[in-house]
Amino acid sequence: MVLNDIEKLLNKYEKGETSLKEEQVLKTYFTSDTVAPHLEMYKPMFTYFLVNQQEQFTKDIPLKTKRIFIYKWISVAAVVVLMLGIFFNKPGDVGTIDDPEVAFNEISKSLAMISNQMNKGTSTVGYLNEVNKGTSTLGYLSEIENTTSIIFKTNR
Amino acid sequence: MTQSEFLNIVMPFKDKVFRLAKRLLISTEEAEDATQEIILKLWNNKEKIAEYKNVEAFSMTMTKNFCFDKLKSKQSQNLKIVHSNYEDKQTALQKQIELNDSVNWVAKIIEDLPEQQKLIIQLRDIEEYDYDEIAEMLSMNQTAVRVNLSRARKTIREKLTNTHNYGIK
Repeated sequence: MVLNDIEKLLNKYEKGETSLKEEQVLKTYFTSDTVAPHLEMYKPMFTYFLVNQQEQFTKDIPLKTKRIFIYKWISVAAVVVLMLGIFFNKPGDVGTIDDPEVAFNEISKSLAMISNQMNKGTSTVGYLNEVNKGTSTLGYLSEIENTTSIIFKTNR
Repeated sequence: MTQSEFLNIVMPFKDKVFRLAKRLLISTEEAEDATQEIILKLWNNKEKIAEYKNVEAFSMTMTKNFCFDKLKSKQSQNLKIVHSNYEDKQTALQKQIELNDSVNWVAKIIEDLPEQQKLIIQLRDIEEYDYDEIAEMLSMNQTAVRVNLSRARKTIREKLTNTHNYGIK
């Protein structure tokens, strides 16, 4: 590249009239080893531009997908469902009976059932009598005592 | 839109977003956070991506606005320490060493430019966008972009010439 052209380009460059191609020419000229001594001061400028083009962004980018967002709302939905469940599940129909006669029948039926079950329970408790039987048979031991007492008496 | 489709759209320009954010926010960590934030914002609005004419230009505009917001909130949050009333010789020395590296001069010079010019230099000279794309991203007209760019380039050249010729900053 003729020096004259470079000087012209520099002039244009300073006015902001150079095209990208012309600027590329300047950059390659000033990063080469053959720079005219009186233009030496431009060298760091163009080198700086070229060096700075190389700088890269190396940090990773934490891209989050939307899924996490959905999980968050699932817990909220669960709480809402729970609350609604508690709210609407008030004890409603527990089988209240208006007619006193029917009510009496129902009551006596359920009481009869209770007493039935109760009897069953007590009949099983009846086995406790066996224990009494056991102790009564143990009573025979006293017979032995009688005889021994007799023996000891004669000894005295 | 699946994750891989989204990444196919975003990956080509994520570095550009990052560099633009870094140009404005200066700190690499801040710029990384900003880039993440921008991409996440795009991801969250992924249904709308099809409606955008130019996703890349749109993201660059987003980045610009996001960084300006950041800078504004920072200015209101933090107390500024003004260094005008005392001189710190150590930092001056450190600065000198830094500036010995001539490429760092350019970084410093660009850092001192007004925000608008910083943006335009970044978009044009580093990312090599067309004028109409830049105009769209910054919602300015093309002539304004050219004028700002020209000013920025002149400032950089003048300061570089000064440092080159006399070794002053």
